[in-house]
Amino acid sequence: MEAAMGLMRRIHPKQSETALSALLSLLPHHSSDLLSQVDQPLQVLCDLESGKEYILCEYNRDADSYRSPWSNKYYPLLEDALYPSSELRKLEVEANEVFAIYRDQYYEGGISSVYMWEDDNEGFVACFLIKKDGSKTGQGRRGHLQEGAWDAIHVIEVGPEEESIAHYCLTSTIMLSLTTNDESSGTFSLSGSIRRQMNMDLSVADGHLCNMGRMIEEMEGKLRNSLDQVYFGKTKEMVCTLRPPSEVVLRLPSADLA
Amino acid sequence: MAEEECELNEKQKREIAKWFLLNSPGGEIQYIAKDLRSLLNDEKVYNEAALEAFPLYNKSHLICLELPNRSGEVLVTSYNELEKNEYLDPRTAQVATVDHVKQVCTDVRPAADEELSSSYIEEFRCALDAEILKYAAEAYPKGICSVYCVNGKDVEGPGSNFELLVVISAAKNSPQNFCNGSWRSVWNVEFKEDVQMLEVRGKLQVGAHYFEEGNVQLDAEHECKDATIFQAPDDCAIAIANIIRHHEAEYFESLEASYSNLPDTTFKDLRRKLPVTRTLFPWHNTLQFSLTRDIQRELGIDK
Repeated sequence: MEAAMGLMRRIHPKQSETALSALLSLLPHHSSDLLSQVDQPLQVLCDLESGKEYILCEYNRDADSYRSPWSNKYYPLLEDALYPSSELRKLEVEANEVFAIYRDQYYEGGISSVYMWEDDNEGFVACFLIKKDGSKTGQGRRGHLQEGAWDAIHVIEVGPEEESIAHYCLTSTIMLSLTTNDESSGTFSLSGSIRRQMNMDLSVADGHLCNMGRMIEEMEGKLRNSLDQVYFGKTKEMVCTLRPPSEVVLRLPSADLA
Repeated sequence: MAEEECELNEKQKREIAKWFLLNSPGGEIQYIAKDLRSLLNDEKVYNEAALEAFPLYNKSHLICLELPNRSGEVLVTSYNELEKNEYLDPRTAQVATVDHVKQVCTDVRPAADEELSSSYIEEFRCALDAEILKYAAEAYPKGICSVYCVNGKDVEGPGSNFELLVVISAAKNSPQNFCNGSWRSVWNVEFKEDVQMLEVRGKLQVGAHYFEEGNVQLDAEHECKDATIFQAPDDCAIAIANIIRHHEAEYFESLEASYSNLPDTTFKDLRRKLPVTRTLFPWHNTLQFSLTRDIQRELGIDK
């Protein structure tokens, strides 16, 4: 398992799906470990009743069917399937509505889904998902990207309330790729994934949704920032180490060409 | 059925192993190999895959190996490959024997006459090598370069076309900083005697990998073309080096531009830094949204 995770840490993010399926066939006995530890690009299905798209993940899956957050129905239809309690479903419906507005404000498009389920220790777990196609043929408003994908997975474990305080444990993964392509500069592509965790004890006075939403917003901001500043920045630093942007380099050619 | 799927045969395992090795990021194949080996737990399969994959990987990444007699370095590419595991270094007129899997030179010998270019070609090649050496030293601190004759190496004098190829390879591996990167340039120069022109085609590939608590990779690729007139060897060399210098400087600037466009244009199409409202999301007051929606529904303007 350690070696498998070592490979996943190095293999190109765009090839993670192929790598995962290769590992699954090499290590069939570790399939559940692999599937839970390796995040894959999110898939989407259409809810026929509401006509809206929703995101698939392990948390809305039962057998080979996936529950839509909009109609609460499984597709393909499934009998005796698992559903959240009606109380939790109420929160789930509200979370989906509000999160869709949040998503629209930050992503100007994209798809979101929220799933909730009871866990064993009197609390519950919520999973917030966002998928955005930012390419110019998708929902990229500015039309800069030949290809652009952003998948966000936020899983929050909410502990039982104690004296109006609940413990929230958020694990977030962002997977993204962006490619620009033009005649004069060729293809330029950045892709990658990062995962971080955040723990907080918060008063439930404002409600769970408010607490979870704030945590996700803060985390997404941090992750976006560190991808932009740290991760992309490090690759740029590397390019500049390989070929330093020194004035000497720029001065010589003009002197020679003149 | 499930049982059958579980049991991969040796051929399938070898193919998977090869896939992982060939897709290793620049400078990381030995790490991939180590993990793969312990994961396969099958030396025979691993060795077969390694023997097939390493040579391909080494050549496509233009790796550079130190010669055992301390006389310099040799690039491993498909352009200077003589026999299997033998690579010509035209600058020192030596042939290195390479152990692909260990990524070392095990032996070196003087090149035979028939392995080298004719003295006519050598004048052009040598002059270009000297210019490229100067340019690479000034532009790439870790750069290694070489010039090969890939077509017409036995041409004895004016009257025939031939083709030289410039390779510049710069790699930096700093595993302790979780960062590796490489710059690869391959320039084909066709010397067309018949039309008295040199046609220049370049392919530039830049990659970087940063993987501290994450896995982010840059892949950039660019192709370009240029041409100049056929002149004496020294003048050709200067003209070609200037073309390469110019295009690579321009490409480097376009890479910098791509990076500086990221925060405000490109990345924004994936996710904005701030919402369209330019204030944090009002999580404390989400009731407003359902009220707005109810009103819209009442008024029949709900979509």
